[in-house]
Amino acid sequence: MTEPARQWPLWEVFIRSRNGLDHKHCGSVHAPDAKMALQNARDVYTRRMEGVSIWVVRADQIVASDPDAKPEMFDPAEDKIYRHPTFYTLPDEVNHM
Amino acid sequence: MTAATQTHTAHLDYLLRIADTSLILGQRLSEWCGHGPVIEEDIALTNIALDLIGQARLLLTHAGALEGRGRDEDQLAFLRREPEFRNLTIVELPNGDFGRTILRNFLVSAWQRELWQALAKSSDGELAAIAAKSLKETRYHLQHAADWVVRLGDGTEESHKRMQAALDLLWPYTAEFFSPSPTDDVAAATSVGPAWSALQESWVAAVTPVLEVATLKAPARTPFLTRGKFGVHSEHFGHLLTEMQYLQRTYPGGTW
Repeated sequence: MTEPARQWPLWEVFIRSRNGLDHKHCGSVHAPDAKMALQNARDVYTRRMEGVSIWVVRADQIVASDPDAKPEMFDPAEDKIYRHPTFYTLPDEVNHM
Repeated sequence: MTAATQTHTAHLDYLLRIADTSLILGQRLSEWCGHGPVIEEDIALTNIALDLIGQARLLLTHAGALEGRGRDEDQLAFLRREPEFRNLTIVELPNGDFGRTILRNFLVSAWQRELWQALAKSSDGELAAIAAKSLKETRYHLQHAADWVVRLGDGTEESHKRMQAALDLLWPYTAEFFSPSPTDDVAAATSVGPAWSALQESWVAAVTPVLEVATLKAPARTPFLTRGKFGVHSEHFGHLLTEMQYLQRTYPGGTW
């Protein structure tokens, strides 16, 4: 028989600070379900006007890369500097690139 | 008393009833700071307390100006005596457990929501502006509380039992929300705000479906009627004021 959960599940919280910006991970909350996770995230992370939109996702639903697989996952990109779009001259009107 | 003085007195009284109800509920909720069942709820209750104290500050500042005796928000909050407070009795009751605290938030927020909505059309422009701002806050307080009322009411056997006990205890105090008073008559006649008796129907319509989903049963109405809004308070209120006013009483005029 499995032990009943003593602790509410963990939810990762993503906040969009302004319209037009991306949601950014800002922390986590405990909550029994999605509705309350959203409420808790609102109370914990937006009380100083940090956000205009909140996403919450159960932490155990996030599929993460294996830290041990770092060499094959990320190292090969190291010497491919030409993949950065930094070799183009941008017109002045294009900001925020 | 001239008609103008009477109107002025009633206007002030009407403001203090609303201001003090927010202030004292805010004070009670702030007692949860550091004691919430989980940190998220601890922060939520403290947020709500701060919203309520914020509403009280605006209303007391406005009331002080209207009174014209040079009293500011701090003097009204911290230097009035027990019978001068006009809050509804329900908000001065001790918190009890988390369920009872939440249930009171639910009953009071539902009432405040109806009040703020009606006050947005007040002939008192300042009051209308405060009501419009407070309405947004109260909508969230109500949502937060209603959610918990359903979870706990329709939760485990233990949580249901506690919520029903809390409802049996608190329900009789809600009669005061709507009891008639001369202050209300003047406020309604001068369009400062609604007579609170006029809010009863929409309050019942808001509260009933949530209690039903929560499988909680409101007890039958009895003649029990508290009179906090007339300045007649429960035995708990003096203790609350002693704590709330301690600093100003001990160090008069102290600031930091």
